[in-house]
Amino acid sequence: MDASVDISAHPISFTRKPDGWVTKLFDYKPFLVFLCLLPTLGLLLVFLTYPLGLGIWLAFTDSTIGQPGEFVGLDNFEYLLTDPIFQMAVWNTIFYTTVATVGKFALGLWLALLLNHHIPFKAFLRAIVLLPWIVPTVLSAIAWWWIYSAQFSIVSYVIVDVLHLRTTYINFLGEPWPARFSLIVANIWRGIPFVAITLLAGLQTISPSLYEAALLDGASGWQRFRRITVPLLMPILAVALTLSVLFTFSDFQLVYAITRGGPFNSTHLMATLAFQRAIPGSQLGEGAAIAVSMIPFLVGATLLCLYGVGRRKWQQGSDND
Amino acid sequence: MTDVLAAVTSPPTEATFARSNDAPEHLSWDSGLHRTVTVYVPLALFVIVLLFPFYWMTITAFKPDYEMYDYKQFNPFWVHSPTLHNIYVLLWETQYPRWLMTTMGIAVASTCLSVFSSVLAAYAIERLRFRGANHVGLLIYLAYMVPPSILFIPLATLIFQFGLFDNPIALVLTYPTFLVPFCTWLLIGYFKSIPYELEECALIDGASRLQILRRITLPLAVPGLISAGIFAFTLSWNEFIYALAFIQSTDKKTVPVAILTELVTGDVYQWGALMAGSLLGSVPVALIYSFFVEYYVSSMTGAVKE
Repeated sequence: MDASVDISAHPISFTRKPDGWVTKLFDYKPFLVFLCLLPTLGLLLVFLTYPLGLGIWLAFTDSTIGQPGEFVGLDNFEYLLTDPIFQMAVWNTIFYTTVATVGKFALGLWLALLLNHHIPFKAFLRAIVLLPWIVPTVLSAIAWWWIYSAQFSIVSYVIVDVLHLRTTYINFLGEPWPARFSLIVANIWRGIPFVAITLLAGLQTISPSLYEAALLDGASGWQRFRRITVPLLMPILAVALTLSVLFTFSDFQLVYAITRGGPFNSTHLMATLAFQRAIPGSQLGEGAAIAVSMIPFLVGATLLCLYGVGRRKWQQGSDND
Repeated sequence: MTDVLAAVTSPPTEATFARSNDAPEHLSWDSGLHRTVTVYVPLALFVIVLLFPFYWMTITAFKPDYEMYDYKQFNPFWVHSPTLHNIYVLLWETQYPRWLMTTMGIAVASTCLSVFSSVLAAYAIERLRFRGANHVGLLIYLAYMVPPSILFIPLATLIFQFGLFDNPIALVLTYPTFLVPFCTWLLIGYFKSIPYELEECALIDGASRLQILRRITLPLAVPGLISAGIFAFTLSWNEFIYALAFIQSTDKKTVPVAILTELVTGDVYQWGALMAGSLLGSVPVALIYSFFVEYYVSSMTGAVKE
């Protein structure tokens, strides 16, 4: 009742010509639904679904740039299985995703808990914390590249010349293991804000009265964290984890900008190897095969995160309505 | 209870602090020293680590060459004789301004395209309530989970067939593949928060569906539109792999690609110019971000919650 009074008092008046067929058409729901979904579904079908299928097809051909190529069955995959660089890329990708995700979520959760305290300049701090996530990855990766420079690394300078912990500068990007960990650190650095801010939003929805009740029952700080914070944070954690694993697993920018897969192809991820083989190497079929082999991992990781960690249907809101 | 909630949500003012002493988290054991060690010190470390690369980027961009490579004579954490030389080189001796304009154009165009189609799709899914709306919503969400790194190879061949290779239009058309799903989900959330009764009243008053969308729903969803718009803009400004794969000529490249492929030449890296380029390339996004921080936070958390 109130709402209708509001509307009639509102200065908007709906002028309407006597119903022509165009007006009728636009009020015909199926047509309207079709019209509204057309741009989105059109874009997604042409530039997402079709390329996805095309990519799977390309993986079974010997296409090169400029040549359509022919169906070669599983040749690309058979070759890749014996290719030590591909094996290392798969291994690197799994290692990179696992370590970086654990790091991101451990540190991000800690930061979210810190930001959930009553602290001065909270809004300002939250804004600053998000910066690494807002700035284009490639541009901050270039900053990391400079931080990891062999001769002029500021980290080496502090360790060698200020703290005197070592005598030589660290060769961050020149050797396989230091290079891998350098990339992981940069990835964690970039991922912390996303995790922290989403988990902070989750923390703020937990009612303080729960903690109050637990405190009255004599629960310790750890018990309150373990029994109240963690379970109530799980749904949002599961979604954040899924997205984070997906985007870390398919990461391209950071590795391409900092090491380009080097030294000696030891830091290639599957995405960077696919790019290297397909575009500069012009072996489209082989590149597509590498990209396609990411799909089972991605699907597996997504299912694991959603059902293993979440244990609740992902789309909580509309199912509980 | 309400006091505590207010203390959590309101910006930190003096009053909040006076009140927050009553909150359950602040019992007697939570003394000043304990709080400093467990909260302020780790927080300060986090902020320092998260900001250091930007600080390092900024001061390097303003250092003259002789200072940049000499840590013995000049404290590397400070600029002793700041210079604009690096930025001058960037702006007048490379095509940097052009790359900036290209990136801006592509980002604006793909953002408009994405927001336009997302608004319609989100309205159809959330408000027209047709059968199967939830499934369409789920499919669009799944599209968000397809990473660009498995799509760029077939997309490259597709772009080639369309004759759009080395043409910025290719990027405007392909960026919506990851922008549209995100924006649609964000807007569905916003439309949900607008009372359906308002639309019903307008329907009774004789408005057509499109009139309702234009004159009732959209004006109420402006914060959501702003969120979706700035987010899409940021994502397209940051995009890298498509721009790297589909664009070849120097004058059509976007900023992130151009810095990596055009400024990195030979074995001697021009760190000063590289840092200046990264700094200037971050400025537009950082500016927008500083104006719309709250929208970013709400859209980021909103999209995950949905």
